[in-house]
Amino acid sequence: MTLPVRITVNGRVFEREIEPRLLLVHFLRDVAALTGTKVGCDTSQCGSCTVLIDEKAVKSCTRLAVQADGASVQTIEGLAPHGAMHPVQEAFWSKHGLQCGFCTPGMILTSVALLAGNPNPTAKEIRHALEGNLCRCTGYQNIVRSVREAATLLGGR
Amino acid sequence: MSATIFGSGIRRREDPRLMTGTGIFTDDVVLPNMAHAAILRSPYAHARITRIDTARASAGAGVLAVYTAADTEGALKAIPCLWLVPGSDLKVGAYPAFAKDVVRYVGDSVAVVVAETRYQAQDALDLIDVDYEPLPAVVDPQRAVAADAPQLHADIPGNQAFHWTVAGGDVDAAFNAADVVVVKERIIQQRLIPTAMEPRSAVAQWVPATGELTLWNTTQNPHIVRFACSVVTGVPEDRLRVIAPEVGGGFGSKIAQYPGDFITVFCAMKLGRPVKWTETRRENYVATTHGRDHVQEVELAATRDGRITGLRCTVWAGMGAYLSTAAPGIPTILHGLMLSGPYTVPAVKEDVYGVYTNTTPVEAYRGAGRPEASFMLERMIDRLARELKIDPVEVRRRNLIPPFDAGHTVITGLTYDSGNYQRALDLVLDRGGYTALRSEQADARKRGRLIGIGVSTYVEVCGLGPSQVAGAVGFQGGLWESAIVRFHPTGKVNVFIGASPHGQGEETTFAQIVASQLGVSVNDVKVVHGDTDNTPMGWGTYGSRTTAVGGAALATAVAKIKDKAKRLTAHLLEAAPEDIEYEDGKFFVKGSPSRFKTIQDVALMANVAWNMPPGMEAGLEATSFYDPPNFVYPFGAHLAVVEVDRETGRVDLKKYVAVDDCGPQINPVIVEGRCTAASCRESDRRSGRERCMTRRVNCSPDRCRITRFRVRRNCPTSRCSRP
Repeated sequence: MTLPVRITVNGRVFEREIEPRLLLVHFLRDVAALTGTKVGCDTSQCGSCTVLIDEKAVKSCTRLAVQADGASVQTIEGLAPHGAMHPVQEAFWSKHGLQCGFCTPGMILTSVALLAGNPNPTAKEIRHALEGNLCRCTGYQNIVRSVREAATLLGGR
Repeated sequence: MSATIFGSGIRRREDPRLMTGTGIFTDDVVLPNMAHAAILRSPYAHARITRIDTARASAGAGVLAVYTAADTEGALKAIPCLWLVPGSDLKVGAYPAFAKDVVRYVGDSVAVVVAETRYQAQDALDLIDVDYEPLPAVVDPQRAVAADAPQLHADIPGNQAFHWTVAGGDVDAAFNAADVVVVKERIIQQRLIPTAMEPRSAVAQWVPATGELTLWNTTQNPHIVRFACSVVTGVPEDRLRVIAPEVGGGFGSKIAQYPGDFITVFCAMKLGRPVKWTETRRENYVATTHGRDHVQEVELAATRDGRITGLRCTVWAGMGAYLSTAAPGIPTILHGLMLSGPYTVPAVKEDVYGVYTNTTPVEAYRGAGRPEASFMLERMIDRLARELKIDPVEVRRRNLIPPFDAGHTVITGLTYDSGNYQRALDLVLDRGGYTALRSEQADARKRGRLIGIGVSTYVEVCGLGPSQVAGAVGFQGGLWESAIVRFHPTGKVNVFIGASPHGQGEETTFAQIVASQLGVSVNDVKVVHGDTDNTPMGWGTYGSRTTAVGGAALATAVAKIKDKAKRLTAHLLEAAPEDIEYEDGKFFVKGSPSRFKTIQDVALMANVAWNMPPGMEAGLEATSFYDPPNFVYPFGAHLAVVEVDRETGRVDLKKYVAVDDCGPQINPVIVEGRCTAASCRESDRRSGRERCMTRRVNCSPDRCRITRFRVRRNCPTSRCSRP
């Protein structure tokens, strides 16, 4: 059995017939061929698969693609296309907020969502917001610095 | 670009592709006509397989094939152990890609399904009918050597993989001496799950027409994978290309040679189609190697004034069900030889029993063997200090090896390169405000608050290592590294290295080495690694060796380039080669700095070769293989302050100060990032946030399986991993 869906990913419309059980993360990676979204745990714990759905951070391995029918999804590829960089990316770069980079797309998108709702978060608020995103390389210190830096770049003081 | 680029905290060039989702990890690789594999794993720690029926699975939607041990027999050889520690009566239990007849740990590979899609492959796993006859299991390494313990390998009595000893000085005399103080402790170094964020993955492409195999693989050492894959699959090394694309962390767990990788290769060769296999996180927890797993019984002897006179210990090191690639070397060479740490210890003796248990194979994990030695020693010194009622810092100070810079041979036989351990200790006490902390602690105690202050000093054997030593200690390979530096006509540079960084940032730091030495912009240097078809042989990224050994190989290649550039400049300027000097990107005639060639001029002239001196080859390229004369021995001192909640037992880290010697820093931002991360991980481990797998195993005589998988329960999050 398949169901029709219409999902907008980074501004591009995908109209497809899909299995109802298809996870959104696999829709993005296998159907939309956008592999920037990572699968780290397939059980919604690590946050590597985080994307923005209608500007909210969502773990795409914990949502069915059919649930995103009609929605607008933003993946890391859509954050700043054509070689440009979003201020959050600039901040992760300048504050050395990544090492192996596997968790990074999810970290960045969660940070984007955080800063959209709270332009000037404290370190504690940042740690709270990023609790659902695991990183095994950095120990998080530089990730917190990166998000603070991003807040500055975005004008939140 | 001047020499100041060396030591500059420039941004990493790895980052833009990783931050924009354009870096390609193994699971991102898509090939035409690619099929997908899923592996059926044993739910039992120990069981006999009495029947496997794959008929239903084979008829599953989209299923292309189902294979078991019966299919791979003869086609896949046993997976080799590559660290055969000599003099230890080492017994390697056969490590097949698929368990045959008996499964020996939860996660042992039983069968594989290949299907058109990953979902179909996973579906069909449920259709494989396997009958198991559960057998008694043992997971504790000390219990596994008991006479009545279940036996894992029929030909290895007592489950003893090896018995290795290190001894120096007269340890019995030390313990029998009058007035000696002895402290004893049994220490459990819990089993840890490395949990790299990227699960393991392999994509195999076989071209029957040419007999060529390409394997994309999440590995820390693609050249070793090529070698091992050739041994296991029979594909000759020259036809075998291993690519480690972006690799999402390893921490030791991506050193090993794994059944899943060879099974993927087998499927691709059998079906004539590219095959991808990517483990689930659940598989990662049970079938990707674990770390540590020591039971240590330790005794420390000292004089009444706190001077250590002897250290005696027995270690039961769990190896898991099979000997993983480097496993035997970790609790022996990398652990036992570091027993005396930064202290003068006149006598040591350690017996290490490597033990098979019904658990996931154990391999390197962050530090691999050395943290197990350091923790043991530091713990015993704290015990001694308490026994003697002397400040633990003072006990350390009384035993630290005095500063040295021309080598110091310790009781285990290693020769440390240089060290000033007192200085590191002084620094950490000063920066941490130790004296004030002690009085704050006393005040807090009066008010009922429990504050603990821990100080440790350490030295670590790194930069593995001299190949002659590698051979002498049974490592089945060399430990040199290699680099090729290639100047293009336009003066741009490619560096090709054999090592395989996966998050450590050497694409940046190695470019800094070249830029600082040859006067090219750091942006004109691209570092290539991870593909055995276009990089020189190298032994991989582990054992704190990529910069120490690979960086030295690069520096040696750069020196060769510089030498050739001087000779070519001399020819072009009609001067004597010995009169050419180099400074800041320019090769000039001594005394007349206006007569010069830049490295870019030289690169162009060498590549076009219109006017070369007699006997000089065209091109500006150099290759170096660097075999280090010794290991390197970085050291340091760490200080931690924690508070324990009386009611809940919760441990809160209040302060952490680390002093780590690493020699000259090539990129201080990267150095700081990596040291911070390592400290966070280890402090989380000590406070119990890095979880112990054996505690999660429910074991009864007939059944043993892991019951829960909670990544977040096992990994520190941003909220608990505090500065």
